[in-house]
Amino acid sequence: MDVSFAFFYLFAAVLLGSGFMVVAARNPVHAVLFLILAFVNAAALFLLLSAEFLAMILVVVYVGAVAVLFLFVVMMLDVDFAELKQGFLQYLPIGALIGVLFLIELIAVASFIVSGGKIAGAPLAINAVAQGERNITNVKAIGDVLYTTYVYYFEAAGLILLVAMLGAIVLTLHRREGVRRQSAAEQNARTKLTAVELRKVPFRQGV
Amino acid sequence: MTIGLTHYLTVAAILFTLGVFGIFLNRKNIILIMMCVELILLAVNINLVAFSAFRGDILGQVYALLILTVAAAEAAIGLAILVVYYRNRGTIAVEDVNMMRG
Repeated sequence: MDVSFAFFYLFAAVLLGSGFMVVAARNPVHAVLFLILAFVNAAALFLLLSAEFLAMILVVVYVGAVAVLFLFVVMMLDVDFAELKQGFLQYLPIGALIGVLFLIELIAVASFIVSGGKIAGAPLAINAVAQGERNITNVKAIGDVLYTTYVYYFEAAGLILLVAMLGAIVLTLHRREGVRRQSAAEQNARTKLTAVELRKVPFRQGV
Repeated sequence: MTIGLTHYLTVAAILFTLGVFGIFLNRKNIILIMMCVELILLAVNINLVAFSAFRGDILGQVYALLILTVAAAEAAIGLAILVVYYRNRGTIAVEDVNMMRG
């Protein structure tokens, strides 16, 4: 128990520190790299909570796709980020005020829930599906409900991803002027009548 | 002394607050605003997974999975809109986004 105690504080500290650096970093590339560090540490926290599948998904989806997408856009857009950073401290007081108030409320509510309810102690074994099977793995436990009871949510998630993919492609598809492209429909529509022209060529005069 | 639910909820609350704070602080740079939204969604996910683990109910993790999906879709669409906007205007400053104003 001591080891997980130390690891919780290590991962939580790095997570919060890198979260702060995302907000405070001068260079947006550094901000994205700190975001990746935050995601990896959140995945480690999920591992401590024995949510192994979500931890791996977090690394694959967030670090592998989302954060790299951010990095790609930050590097692709030629923006003067120093200019955008102007007036950074202007909003510091109001932001800090709202942040501190919000944090106090959240922690008050969280500690009220935990102390008022019966949720306390060590993490329970996942037993929503198979009450008898105690040694059920996390992946199996998720799959058992995700593909049966909540299969419509699963399909809705797939549909969301499909729409997002199509939307991103449609939005960023760039039709350049003056570029010759192959048009298969036009090629297939050609017949002998439109493609071939027959002429009577007079003898010894040429076309 | 063991790590209880309160510890995880506190970490998530601090992370959520950092995200909100970042939106206030970086309100000119839309890329950083989107990164702060990602931080907020991550905090929500930590909350859900912590409750799921301490209640012994897998449903929280299923829900976290769906939030992950929506977050990925949101990032893809948002960044695509950003790229198109930059191509048209040559800037991504939030203050200049007023073309639709009557």
